[in-house]
Amino acid sequence: MTDREPAVQIRSESPGQIARATLAHDRRTWIASVLLLFIVLLTLAAPLYATYISKTDPFISSINGTTVIDGKEVLVLQQSTEGLGIGVNPIGPNWRIGPYALGADNQGRDVAARLLYGGTNTLLIGFTAGFLTITIGTLLGIIAGYSGKFVDSFISRILDVIWAFPVYLLSISLSVVLLTSGFKWGPISLEAGSLYLPILIIGLVYVPYVARPIRGQVIALREREFVKAAIGSGAKNRQIIFREILPNVFPSVIVFIPMMVALAMLTESALSFLSIGVQPPDASWGTIIKDGLGLLYTRPLVALMPGLLIVVTAVSLNLLGDAVRDALDPKARMRGAL
Amino acid sequence: MMKRSKSLAALLSLAFILSACSSGADDQAGSNAQAQEGALAAYDETKAGGTLRLVAKGAAGTLDPQINYTLQFWQLYQAAYDGLLAFRKVDGPKSFEVVPDLAEALPEISNDGKTLTFTLRSGIKFSDGRDVTVADVKASFERIFKVSSPTAGGFYNGIVGADKCLATPATCKLDEGIVVDAATNKIVMNLTAADATIKYKLALPHATILPADAPSKDAGTTPIPGTGAYAFASYDPNNELKMVRNKHFVEWNRESQPAGYPDEIIYSFGLTAEAQVNAIKNDQADWMLDSIPADRLAELGTNNADQINVHTLTAMWYLPMNNNIAPFNNVKARQAVNYALDRNAMVKIFGGDQLASPACTFLPPGFPGHADFCQYTKGADTNSPATAWAEPDLEKAKALVKESGTFGQKVGIVVQDDDVNKQMGEYIQSVLNQIGYKATLKPISSNIQFTYIQNTNNKVQISLSQWYQDFPAAMDFSYILLGCESFTPGSDSSINMSGYCNKEINKRMIAAMELAVTDEAAANKEWGAIDKAIMDEAPVAVLFTPKLVDFLSKRVKNYNFSKQFYMLVSQLQVK
Repeated sequence: MTDREPAVQIRSESPGQIARATLAHDRRTWIASVLLLFIVLLTLAAPLYATYISKTDPFISSINGTTVIDGKEVLVLQQSTEGLGIGVNPIGPNWRIGPYALGADNQGRDVAARLLYGGTNTLLIGFTAGFLTITIGTLLGIIAGYSGKFVDSFISRILDVIWAFPVYLLSISLSVVLLTSGFKWGPISLEAGSLYLPILIIGLVYVPYVARPIRGQVIALREREFVKAAIGSGAKNRQIIFREILPNVFPSVIVFIPMMVALAMLTESALSFLSIGVQPPDASWGTIIKDGLGLLYTRPLVALMPGLLIVVTAVSLNLLGDAVRDALDPKARMRGAL
Repeated sequence: MMKRSKSLAALLSLAFILSACSSGADDQAGSNAQAQEGALAAYDETKAGGTLRLVAKGAAGTLDPQINYTLQFWQLYQAAYDGLLAFRKVDGPKSFEVVPDLAEALPEISNDGKTLTFTLRSGIKFSDGRDVTVADVKASFERIFKVSSPTAGGFYNGIVGADKCLATPATCKLDEGIVVDAATNKIVMNLTAADATIKYKLALPHATILPADAPSKDAGTTPIPGTGAYAFASYDPNNELKMVRNKHFVEWNRESQPAGYPDEIIYSFGLTAEAQVNAIKNDQADWMLDSIPADRLAELGTNNADQINVHTLTAMWYLPMNNNIAPFNNVKARQAVNYALDRNAMVKIFGGDQLASPACTFLPPGFPGHADFCQYTKGADTNSPATAWAEPDLEKAKALVKESGTFGQKVGIVVQDDDVNKQMGEYIQSVLNQIGYKATLKPISSNIQFTYIQNTNNKVQISLSQWYQDFPAAMDFSYILLGCESFTPGSDSSINMSGYCNKEINKRMIAAMELAVTDEAAANKEWGAIDKAIMDEAPVAVLFTPKLVDFLSKRVKNYNFSKQFYMLVSQLQVK
């Protein structure tokens, strides 16, 4: 035993640990995560739902099809019998677990089954395009910011050109062109109706939104003492980028993820709504809204349900993005509070 | 004619064998339909006055009556312009008959049918107050060529001197073709060959009589004075078109140019179909041009039944299949499509069985030459056809696709981008996928789809199109749409979209047209047999016969429906 007082044990935590702890205690994170997880699981269950519950093929028109409701066989699209007897309406929602729980669309397809399949495509495109944006944006931002001079100038000008176009205008233009002719570049060949096309288009148009802030951050980091010390100690560029720069821009990249996924998902829905995203008979929430537009007066749910799911998913992603940002950069929350 | 707009190719289809067709016994009319079929009621001055408000999504281009080629404006020209002859302005099938208009009587025909002599009525004035003279008549026929009217070469090329006018339009002179005598008001029209159809050509808006000093170029948005009951006062394609009473109009023949009821006709542009419906329901408009959106049909048919008028049309929706490229260069593949399509499903998409009927033959029911047969329904084939379409036969279709060796091939379906066409397209895509193809849907702007699918350079495999009769004559369908002469590779005006050309059948069609001049009944029988022979080869898939729905405001009365130019705008009463 010594006469010295035992040293006070100071708990030392890395910024990552602090962030994780903050996130774990953030109510927004939990709500957003649960909602997102629920939606993702629901959409992944689409084939099961179509096979065992709705028992219909949501990609085949069933205009003269029938279904059984309350033990009675009814037509999926029903001819009006009142007045002049003109017009045909799809059956409405019956709110029961089974066929046509949310009614049918104007092709006689099960809306609930298409919502789930549509969600799969929307989320797939949203996440894939979002990650594509982040990957390319981060890469370009770091290369431009770290290299400086000509390389920076060259990359920045390309980003400026993309930035100069309104995102939706550029997306629509690219979609219209590529939907007509498909995409061929060397060994890469995408057919006109391919799901990869909207992924590629959306993934590219948002690149400047990630690359430019990352570039700015890297330029600032390049002047920091620890980077200069690494350069002075003879570290190679690759080592500096991976060991010094990347870990420091990583929190920003993480914050970008939910935001870019939400943006990509919204853009996909907009393009599909305009018939230049996901192509029929495939579905996405955007295409289902478009299908429902012609049924707004009689079956508003067809358009409202995918709209609601888009809102819930986008809000969840944004909540998650805010929570991650606040956790990784507490000062930002303080700035926000001020 | 496609939908409510005509195209050059469509009007080249004009058939000139007029015969009464089905009056559409199943037509439904609202309470504002007070017309007496076959004749207009006597003019009731107490009902004259007010402003008639028409609405449409868009305008129809130039106002020049010798150039404009849309039914949207042809409908208005009936009240604003006259030719030497006119289609009878009445309700019902008699509207297909031709009556004298600016001419005192139907032409005297001489010289083996190559000379037509008219006498111009005296005392008729243009809306600017000037008298109509025989010089105006001659100048108007020359103007057809000077402004390069879309039908100049198709309809009026038989006038002596027309060949030179077609070669050099700017200096067109028809001194030998149109000989006029101001002293006697006689007009002698000389043709290079007898043309049994010339009187119908002279009743079309492109043969309108205009002032001799009318510009020798497209008048665009500037109205040209006419002789009708109304005159165009102003036209802004982005906003509205206004017609007012022609102060100089005096009714001379109620059958050709009846006096109108509204004081003003205002045609507003820019409203969506939904907005048009709401405008009529809210009494802010009196009639809408565009089709009623599918989701409003049931509501309107129930709550506004007395404002709806439904008319049977001799028309068809059909799928031209490109007979010259895979997979539809294989007759079995084309037959498979015919077997697979559920016509009832397509009728449903169109609005239900009150608005369309399944069809199988190329000549619509009630049309001259129509015969009841259907090879492509369950239980039937080309050797033992049924009398009517009953139900699809998917299994047979699948088997035919396999037999044809086209299984798994890619097929692009080109449709217009409006809701109904896209829904039809989606259904067709679903069916093609079911029978073994990999189908993709290509919706194209309605403005260009019709010409796009005609041009072979676009390599369209299958498309959705419509054909609305110009005249009730079999050749208007069979020969125009499937005759060898209607197939022009690389042209936007190749109305034979299937590229179908069976020389033997083509000879039979030409012979039937010649036979029609002397023995119409025998010709029509032959057209029925030709129809069967054509459909055995399935160059197209006929889908259904549509009807037209007119939706009017509650205040509108005296609705008359001409089979030729549809609703008679000037006869609507809004007072």
